[in-house]
Amino acid sequence: MEYTLFIVLLPFLSFLFLGLVGKRLTPRAAGYTGTIVLAISACLSYITAWHYFTTAKVDGIFEKLTPVNFTWLNFTEKLHIDLGILLDPIAVMMLVVITTVSLMVHLYSIGYMHGERGFQRYYAFLSLFTFSMLGLVVATNIFQMYIFWELVGVSSYLLIGFYYTKPEAVAASKKAFIVTRFADLGFLIGILLLSFYTGTFDFERLTSGDTALFAGMEGISFMGCSVISWAVALIFMGGAGKSAMFPLHVWLPDAMEGPTPVSALIHAATMVVAGVYLVARLFPVYYLEAPDVLVLVAVVGAVTSLYAAVVACVQTDIKRVLAFSTISQIGFMMVGLGVSGMEGHEGLGYMASMFHLFTHAMFKALLFLGAGAIIHAVHSNEMTRMGGLRKYLPITHLTFLVACLAIAGIPPFSGFFSKDEILAATFHFSPVLGMVMSFTAGLTAFYMFRLYYRVFWNKANHHDHVPHEAPGSMTVPLILLAAVTLVAGFIPFGKFVTSDSTEYIIHLDWAVASASVAIALIAIGIATLFYRGESTIPDRLATSFRGLHAAAFNRFYLDDLYIFITKKVIFNGISRPVAWFDRHVVDGTMNGFATLSRRVSYSIRGFQSGQLQQYVMVILLGTLLITVLVLFV
Amino acid sequence: MNFLSLFVLVPVLMMVGLFLSKNLRQIRLVMVTGASLLLALSAGLVFAYLGERAAGNTAEMLFTARCSWYAPLNIHYSVGVDGISVAMLLLSSIIVFTGVFASWKMEFLEKEFFLWFSLLSTGVFGFFISIDLFTMFMYYEIALIPMYLLIGIWGSGRKEYSAMKLTLMLMAGSALLLLGILGIYFLSGESSMDLLEIARGHIPEQAQHWLFPLVFVGFGVLGALFPFHTWSPDGHASAPTAVSMLHAGVLMKLGGYGCFRVAIYLMPEAAHDLSWIFIILTGISVIYGAYSAIVQTDLKYINAYSSVSHCGLVLFAILMLNQTAMNGAILQMLSHGLMTALFFALIGMIYGRTHTRDIREMGGLMKVMPFLGVCYVIAGLASLGLPGLSGFVAEMTVFVGAFLHEDTFHRVFTILACTSIVITAVYILRVVGKILHGPVTDRHHLALSDANWYERTSTIVLILAIAGIGLYPLWLSDMINDSLLPVIQNVNL
Repeated sequence: MEYTLFIVLLPFLSFLFLGLVGKRLTPRAAGYTGTIVLAISACLSYITAWHYFTTAKVDGIFEKLTPVNFTWLNFTEKLHIDLGILLDPIAVMMLVVITTVSLMVHLYSIGYMHGERGFQRYYAFLSLFTFSMLGLVVATNIFQMYIFWELVGVSSYLLIGFYYTKPEAVAASKKAFIVTRFADLGFLIGILLLSFYTGTFDFERLTSGDTALFAGMEGISFMGCSVISWAVALIFMGGAGKSAMFPLHVWLPDAMEGPTPVSALIHAATMVVAGVYLVARLFPVYYLEAPDVLVLVAVVGAVTSLYAAVVACVQTDIKRVLAFSTISQIGFMMVGLGVSGMEGHEGLGYMASMFHLFTHAMFKALLFLGAGAIIHAVHSNEMTRMGGLRKYLPITHLTFLVACLAIAGIPPFSGFFSKDEILAATFHFSPVLGMVMSFTAGLTAFYMFRLYYRVFWNKANHHDHVPHEAPGSMTVPLILLAAVTLVAGFIPFGKFVTSDSTEYIIHLDWAVASASVAIALIAIGIATLFYRGESTIPDRLATSFRGLHAAAFNRFYLDDLYIFITKKVIFNGISRPVAWFDRHVVDGTMNGFATLSRRVSYSIRGFQSGQLQQYVMVILLGTLLITVLVLFV
Repeated sequence: MNFLSLFVLVPVLMMVGLFLSKNLRQIRLVMVTGASLLLALSAGLVFAYLGERAAGNTAEMLFTARCSWYAPLNIHYSVGVDGISVAMLLLSSIIVFTGVFASWKMEFLEKEFFLWFSLLSTGVFGFFISIDLFTMFMYYEIALIPMYLLIGIWGSGRKEYSAMKLTLMLMAGSALLLLGILGIYFLSGESSMDLLEIARGHIPEQAQHWLFPLVFVGFGVLGALFPFHTWSPDGHASAPTAVSMLHAGVLMKLGGYGCFRVAIYLMPEAAHDLSWIFIILTGISVIYGAYSAIVQTDLKYINAYSSVSHCGLVLFAILMLNQTAMNGAILQMLSHGLMTALFFALIGMIYGRTHTRDIREMGGLMKVMPFLGVCYVIAGLASLGLPGLSGFVAEMTVFVGAFLHEDTFHRVFTILACTSIVITAVYILRVVGKILHGPVTDRHHLALSDANWYERTSTIVLILAIAGIGLYPLWLSDMINDSLLPVIQNVNL
């Protein structure tokens, strides 16, 4: 299966081509180049998936294949960074997800970004991102993953700051990079710890279930936790940063300053699930060596999920609502992994989490692309400027509705199946956690339909111009993604992707399913009541719970914490004193030596006065002194 | 004649050529010819070296030549190279080449400027090919003295003050160094100045204990060892573009290379015993330089403090005394040399247009000069360790290597040093955000032009080198690894 190399390589070549000669091309040519290259990549991924899932099964288990692998950098005999391609069920699934969404976004952007300055640059960056993301998911070892992890971070930085003359975009790109960099520091230290004790970076060895590999880490603990727990917790920190887990999520809402298709690709469907993918990739290590960290993953996921859902209920910017909804849904995936076991039906959470990653990528990309079409039509992100759009944007309206139903968990849309399995696994693990997640699912249905009604129903609020439906290049991706969302739930996912690579037969847990559908329907009902027509209930609620509303609206002030740490602590608290110390104390000492020697030389240069009498005087006195010393001492 | 000596001969011939040239055209012709010749020579040397190694030549130093020039003290003109010096020579020739293009538009006294510039290059190349302590020291001094004039005459701002400070501090370092070298000569019992001969013998441990700090600090001053780094911000800020490039790009590497080649190689026991002191100092350099860079407002000061941090990592890695970390140190020298030269070149080009280096007075330059802007972003990304560029390869080798140390103390310091990757991101992105992105703040800047052909040459060569190491580091790291073996053997005894 060596041809898989081209899936990764083609976008890179496209990036080089567009980056170096893009300026000479017309925007149209650049857009088509990028899109066609990605279409080839996507076709290759589909072939790979077909090929892999039909042939790679040996004794009922999907094998791990490594069609390409070479040494890129040697550290020691045992430790070396390899670059290569590892194919296993989750990697193949990710290839399909990434190339599909990326292709849709490439296509969509031809219409959406039409006439933008820097169109060629935009496509170059999109290619760079796709290359990095593909390299990340097929990584054969943890260091390769780290390499591409950094590359997706930079692509994300470049794309968030695409409108680089806009100060908000610049600030947002900086924030995104620095916050995730901080998280990556944890990832790096985790890698160092893990490789120091196990002597390998290789995923296949790390996840082989061989406990002897971790024998060196036994009995060593730091602050009450074993060193292996520290290592994988730090690696999880990296994942939490990329996947916008509480409290490292602060960058994601701001990242919405980037072009909307970018938000769909990077900040909804692919890059932000890298953290989930990382935990899934190392799942055997978490499960077998550090089950305590797995609980941490579940708790962080649940807290994030609930927090983001609450915040999403009061935001007024359509993209921010979707951003918080993304954070919340990734929380679901983390919970799924956190509560999962390894073998057989214990692995429900893992399977469900991967399934949800898949379905979420499709319907969330659909939501963002739909939001893009809406923004394209009304030239604003604010929900207050929208309303009554269903007449003007019929295709966008219908596809958006499909996505809303999917995320709310209404059968037979895809989100119902995947989310329901996560809930079932969570209830199995802990009923309390299960109830928290069910409540969050209800909130999800509520805020999504709040969004839906305020945009498409209610009173029209755009006085200056008549909104119009998006061009074909934008609506086609919407329709395709909606179609996927309609049917994806029926994919027998358990046949392909499971925690132990054996087949898993999905049984719907009807108790959980009917309860969650009921909760979703009630939430949608409330949203209908509040937002379908004119209603004063939301405003009255907001005034009676003023404190809570203000706190949620300001994202519980966590962004202020970020500002406090960067501006007050790092800039004013550490850097200024350090710089002052350097100039005045360290350099002052050096200058002090210089001043001292000048003073000394000033004071002794009087001896060299040129007056003969003085010289004779000194000579005589000196001779006398020496004579006295020689005679009497 | 040994062809390594050409590295010294070519700059000398360049000086003769400069002396004879009558106008700016001829001066440029001489400089470009000479610099290209040096670049070709060093590229040829890489191939010749790898060829010899592939043919099974396992001698420690290749292409050696030796002739006595002061018999009473056993001083020889003795040259030879291993993989590390080959890499450093390649770095130096790239910087000299790009430095010539970066100073294409010299304002006044062009001839004298390039004369001193060539003399400085002579010293640098001579230093890297020497394997005789005294010859090495002599070339070291040849490289330092022209700096005083280059900054004092062609510099900007408080140039006399900076030139004086830089020279005095480095001279103080040289004094310690000379003491150390004499100590090694008399106490090693070999009565030899030859590095290899001394390494084969053994310097008594007591002598090592006071010689090691002398040599390490002596070279360390040039390698920006805390707290002897303060010449660096002022010196870099005042120096003209090409001199900053050469100074931060190559001269500071003399410090790291010297620490490695003389201090660690010849005095391994003392290195083991005393490394903890210097690990603390260099660890401070790494973090402290990065934090200081965050609040600076002058582009050159930012870069100078960033150099303190990055060069601190070089010495830090050398002191870990294992092969991987030392390999990382050499890679970091190369990587830092290239990217800091690129930074200084770009800062010079930006300054030449906007006439300010204050980041508060600039904004939105990406729109006005996209080429320079993109290059600056690439330099920044290399500096903050983006994979695919040289910085990542070097830093990761250092961190992985340093973390392999068996002492907890060393590993804790490695983790502290790791935090610099976040702080670096902060100051790099701050500058990029301030000067390149956002709206154009000064409307006079709207009329500025983008890079000329000679500026493009200079930056493109540097970027190609940075990306070359970043994308395909294996040959380089393997070449260095081989040459580290003798040092590692000495250290492990």
